[in-house]
Amino acid sequence: MRAHVAIGLVAVVLAAACLVAGRALAVDPPSCAVPDNLLFVDNNLNRVAAAVAKQRKLAIAVFGTGSSTLTGTDGPNQAYPARLGEALNQKLSNVMVRVASRTKAGQTADIMRRSMTDLLRDEKPDLVIWQTGTVDAIRRVEVDEFRVALDTGVEALQAGGADVILMNMQYSPRTESMIAVGPYVDEMRAVAQLRDVPQFDRFAIMRYWADEGAFDFYATGRDTGLAQRVHDCLGRALGALVVESGHLQSFVNKTNR
Amino acid sequence: MHAPVVTTGRDLRLDLFRGIALWLIYLDHIPSNVVSWITIRNFGFSDATEIFIFISGYTAAFVYGRAMRERGIVVAGARILRRAWQIYVAHIFLFAIYMAEISYVATSFDNPLYAEEMNILDFLKQPDMTIVQALLLKFKPVNMDILPLYIILLLLFPPVLWLLQRAPTWALGASLALYVLTWQFGWNLPAYPDGTWYFNPFAWQLLFVFGAWCALGGAKRLAPVLQSKATTAIAILYLGFAFVIALSWYLPDQAIVPHWLEDLIYPIDKTNLDVLRFAHFLALAALTVRFVPRTWPMLSSWVLYPAILCGQHSLEIFCLGVFLSFAGHFALVEISGAFWMQVVISLLGIIAMIGTAALVTWYKDLEGRSPGSRQKPPDADLAGGEA
Repeated sequence: MRAHVAIGLVAVVLAAACLVAGRALAVDPPSCAVPDNLLFVDNNLNRVAAAVAKQRKLAIAVFGTGSSTLTGTDGPNQAYPARLGEALNQKLSNVMVRVASRTKAGQTADIMRRSMTDLLRDEKPDLVIWQTGTVDAIRRVEVDEFRVALDTGVEALQAGGADVILMNMQYSPRTESMIAVGPYVDEMRAVAQLRDVPQFDRFAIMRYWADEGAFDFYATGRDTGLAQRVHDCLGRALGALVVESGHLQSFVNKTNR
Repeated sequence: MHAPVVTTGRDLRLDLFRGIALWLIYLDHIPSNVVSWITIRNFGFSDATEIFIFISGYTAAFVYGRAMRERGIVVAGARILRRAWQIYVAHIFLFAIYMAEISYVATSFDNPLYAEEMNILDFLKQPDMTIVQALLLKFKPVNMDILPLYIILLLLFPPVLWLLQRAPTWALGASLALYVLTWQFGWNLPAYPDGTWYFNPFAWQLLFVFGAWCALGGAKRLAPVLQSKATTAIAILYLGFAFVIALSWYLPDQAIVPHWLEDLIYPIDKTNLDVLRFAHFLALAALTVRFVPRTWPMLSSWVLYPAILCGQHSLEIFCLGVFLSFAGHFALVEISGAFWMQVVISLLGIIAMIGTAALVTWYKDLEGRSPGSRQKPPDADLAGGEA
């Protein structure tokens, strides 16, 4: 659980940094704010920047599995891809932001990477947010295989003209002893670094929320409200990452800055 | 380590370090446990698994090697296979506990946020496949990979032990060759639902056979090398290097390790016992042998006795540790995951392991003394702990 320790360390350091420096927080509302250091990365989204600058348009495709969706009739509107679109359209009022959600439950990274060409052809995205890893961890796919799948998938997306954000697994305390996500979290971080793409560290962010008491992820009940609030917060945080890494600050509404 | 081929004295260092390894495995198996910061995997490449497998190989050769010399290959082979069977039964017992845990979670946990994670429970929907695959050692839940590896290693051990006693160098060479060929051709055993074994037996056998080789005279042959200053210096340098690399895992600023070095060393493959991990274990072992002599007075002091006790009943304590790590995580989820709670759970678990080891010792003494029981050769089964 190297990653857990690392994340724990990061969280402690960040919490201390926030207390001492009173740092500005990245997203509203404050109940699920994410510290800058946990959200923002050095990698850039150059195609996003170009698309917005030239056409005032931004096409995003979320390519994910079950944890990118919510059930229920209103599920699609409440899940984080839709919340991301909402957040970005609010923030960037002069830019047409379209977020397509392509999700299929139960797919490993290796299965997903095979349909990258279809994804690029159908959605013509400037940015693909690739959420993966949970199914691999459940099925205990070899980490080597997982890394290769991620790597070739990202390569295909980049070759097809899209920027990429990699999104890792949810923090799920109750299933921690049954699903070992640690090695997969590590591999994804390594691939993101190697391929110079931003990673949305959903695992660390949700863990930070748990430690801060923003959400009770231990809750057992069928609480759709919790799931919706979490997805709303994930969507906002993702939006902040897209603005930061795509250098879109100059397009942000004055009122939203 | 000395080669106690003819002596009857136990090398308590084996018990001590196996006991410590069992504690570390327990701590590492509790997810998000703060106390697992202290375990060796955070300070270098190898972890407690290497220690456990090496010492298991060493003691297996020590115990069954003597049986093979005194009573022949059939008796020794039969005893090895009986041991493998005991471990298999223990593994299936742990699997039953795992099934109980996920069944509980399946019925009590219904959070829509984690609909995807709940797919882990799909295994419950097809018990025919899952249970049969578990019996075949193909379906192995998280943290239940070490015993199946141990079972395979023991199943193949009788001929290996025979060869080790006839031509130790050849046996070790064959083991190394298998390791190299495994890396070359990517051999491994299949797992369920897909993939391969988490601990590749064809790679990890090298550590087990190396342990056995050391027990049967190899350690004596290595002694001049191990006592030399050069070896000590190289071992210290290598451990320092591994420590710096390990440090870089926890400091998000990657500037510590240059890119060319990253390309060279990563990935550090646990499944196939990466050479870096093996070397890290060798360095640890070399320093241990150098600075902890067999006659170290502390070995008979009460301070280390609890660890030694645990190491002498490794199978029982290992299984208990796996169970306790489940139970400990359960308590952290259901009661509180606070820092103090993690410390308390960690300590309670280790105390339970020590208490159980003492109880097992008491039972074995009882059986040993009871009238009509087979008179065992002095110290044979317990020499250096069980195999």
